[in-house]
Amino acid sequence: MVDMSINPATADTLIAAIAQDPVKLGVSDLHISYGGAPALSIVGLTVKEHEIFGIIGPANAGKTSFLKALNRMDTFNPNMRVKGEILFNGLNVRNLKNIYALRSRIGVVFPLPVGLPLTIYENVALSPRLRGINRTGDLDVIVERCLTRAALWDEVKDRLGSLGSLLSGGQQQRLTIARALSQEPDLLMLDEFSIAVDPVTTMRIEHVLKELKQDMTIILVTNLVQQARRLADRTAFFLAGECVEIGETEDLFSGDVKDQRTRDYVEGKFG
Amino acid sequence: MFAESSLNVRNKRIQNLFRILFLIMTILLIIPVVAILATLIAKGGSIISIDFLFTHPTNGMTAGGIFPALLGTVWIVAVALLASVPLGVAAAIYLNEYAGDNWFTRIIQLAIINLAGVPSIVHALFGVGAFVIFFGFGTSILAAGLTLAIMTLPVVIVSTRESLRAVPQAFREACWNMGATRWQTIRRVVLPNAVSGILTGVILEVSRTAGETAPIMFTGAVFFLPFLPQGVFDQTMALSLHLFVIATQVPGVPENLPFGVALVLIAMVLLMNSISIAFRMYLRGKKKW
Amino acid sequence: MLEVNPLQRPMTTDFDSRDMDWYIDKIVQFLVFVAGISAIVFIIGIFVFITFEGFGFLLEDFSFREFFLSPFWEPSDEDVPEYGILALVAGTASVTGLAMIVAIPFSLGAAIFIGEFATGKLRESLKVLVELLAAIPSVVWGFIGLSIMNPLIIDLFDVPVGLNVLNAGVILGLMAAPIMTSIAEDALKAVPDRYREAAEALGATRWQVIYKTVLPAAKNGLLGAVLLGVGRGFGETMAVLMATGHAVNIPGSLFDPVRALTATIAAELGETAVGSPHYQALFTIGIFLFIITFLINLTADLIVRGIRKG
Repeated sequence: MVDMSINPATADTLIAAIAQDPVKLGVSDLHISYGGAPALSIVGLTVKEHEIFGIIGPANAGKTSFLKALNRMDTFNPNMRVKGEILFNGLNVRNLKNIYALRSRIGVVFPLPVGLPLTIYENVALSPRLRGINRTGDLDVIVERCLTRAALWDEVKDRLGSLGSLLSGGQQQRLTIARALSQEPDLLMLDEFSIAVDPVTTMRIEHVLKELKQDMTIILVTNLVQQARRLADRTAFFLAGECVEIGETEDLFSGDVKDQRTRDYVEGKFG
Repeated sequence: MFAESSLNVRNKRIQNLFRILFLIMTILLIIPVVAILATLIAKGGSIISIDFLFTHPTNGMTAGGIFPALLGTVWIVAVALLASVPLGVAAAIYLNEYAGDNWFTRIIQLAIINLAGVPSIVHALFGVGAFVIFFGFGTSILAAGLTLAIMTLPVVIVSTRESLRAVPQAFREACWNMGATRWQTIRRVVLPNAVSGILTGVILEVSRTAGETAPIMFTGAVFFLPFLPQGVFDQTMALSLHLFVIATQVPGVPENLPFGVALVLIAMVLLMNSISIAFRMYLRGKKKW
Repeated sequence: MLEVNPLQRPMTTDFDSRDMDWYIDKIVQFLVFVAGISAIVFIIGIFVFITFEGFGFLLEDFSFREFFLSPFWEPSDEDVPEYGILALVAGTASVTGLAMIVAIPFSLGAAIFIGEFATGKLRESLKVLVELLAAIPSVVWGFIGLSIMNPLIIDLFDVPVGLNVLNAGVILGLMAAPIMTSIAEDALKAVPDRYREAAEALGATRWQVIYKTVLPAAKNGLLGAVLLGVGRGFGETMAVLMATGHAVNIPGSLFDPVRALTATIAAELGETAVGSPHYQALFTIGIFLFIITFLINLTADLIVRGIRKG
């Protein structure tokens, strides 16, 4: 395993860099397993404020497990064990007083879309309501903005009262994105969001993500290597439960890699 | 080849034989009940009228209507529902949304099964010992209602749990992922999508509660009262007990009177059940996800 | 499109604090937990309260030998009251036994027809019908025994009185059958379709599939259904009170009147003084009923759960 944590030789430059781009997320010595079977190990990984951090890798690399651990989804699954340190905004997510507050600051979108069995409007208004925003005017603004950003507004603006759970798969995916945005999250995590969405819509959402960077940090897990290349500032390559390499996206795609497996994957030799 | 096809013919015959045999058994199970219902209607139908439902019994319960008994049943059912629905729904929420899959949950489930299996007369004894004597409610609507509430609690718990279970887990996780607490998730997503199923169970409970006799005999329902109950600490007449009384304890009752009471009772119970079943079918046809 | 958001959540590193919703969640969790254990509390409460009321009898007048082995239930005898439940147990057992003889074949047959042969609308309507039958109150059944079965038995068998084991057994059988049908049908439904498909692929007919595959696989569930039927018959009160003839008697034939344990409590509790030996003896019968039904339900549950695990 390649240690991607701080290299002493460049410590000073890094400290300076960190002062400029504060660390959003710091992970060290993370081990995730399901019922004893290891799923992912990471020695060290940092995500900076306001960057798009790409994670690429084939199936079963541990990408989704990583997101689950960040959002403390281990509490949903008694089989899932997480050890190690995950610092979000400087606090260890493993010992928080209120994990609900953590989750409300992190927006997640998983590959399987879930439209809640509420109206489309209420799907998007739910998170603001949970935070105590109840004025119709405010909610209207949020709902329209989030649906617009998720490239769904035009299709559903005339039927905001119909059930979100009865939309088509692609529409539900965008509804899920809109819901994540409605959290006004610090950190947005997208897990292969484009799987159920057509290419044109994907491009529209990708464009929005680039703009959202001003407001939040984004972790983009994708099986489309080119999507990471288009969007991510830095990219990590996960393989079979291991974080093989982390680097500037440009470096990774120009062949400036430390591990041969990364090059092979990026060039499409496997995966 | 010849042999095989004759074997097939034989098998087909055996199959049809059993099919018809079981059909006959099913029909035999149903026919007596249909015949009984027909007899009830034939013998008691003539007495049923608006007057019958809304006047007091007269002449030592050998004539007149059944209004106090009908009203008493409504009182008792109302008390039983007010006590058992919140408790049962909360218990089902605990079991389905909070409890883990462990020995403790198993014990709770076992207790629920046993609560449903305890004979109704034992529930009556409990009601006497606990509510009438120990808590000092006396023989009252309150004591009878609470006794029935405990007896029918499993109905509410089981049906509520079924409808909670029908809400896919993915909805809960999506909600939790947004930072909703467990309770916020239950209140905003799970319960609204389970409430109609819960209602189905509650209607079913009404029908169970309305027909029970033994648990209320010594806890709050009495043979005859010349006045209507004014509150939950009063005794009352009840329809089910009224049927027992005029069928076995009162001499000189005209034949159609108990048949009429039985008909009203059975109609009430079957109506509630049918509403519950129809509601369930309507919900099944209505896709929400 | 991305105008500055007036409602943007303030960024903070100090997000980790417990708010109102966190505490509400904890309170709700506690409340539903209390509701969840209420079933246990009630079961224990039932046992404690009826034992408490029957305790005096257990201490003083109770003799194990007399209680279980004497056929004489004469609690209101002024000189020598006798508290033997043997005849009552015989009454309950004979009626429940006959009820099971009536109900088991018909309910299993009906369950097989509904679950394995009937399809579509027919199946749905039969299920609804069975559910409605199960809802008929026991006092109505008792009344049917009294007013319809009674004259019928007198006519058919030329006996002087029609309130007897036969009457109550048939009534109880009709009562228990729908419930047993539902539970048995659930047990059949619990057998995975792939069993049926596998057997059919081997060329078995529908009946062969049922007989050789489905019934053995559903065996425990069906046994559970029968046990629950027994428990129901055992605990039934109003119907047996009205249809048995209510005479303390060890039955020699189907046409003998008997008296059941449950019916004895129902008939006599109202006439006894609170705290008297008679009153306490009735509660002791209650304890006995509670324990027996508890054991029946426990066994049924263990048997049914056995297949789920296997």
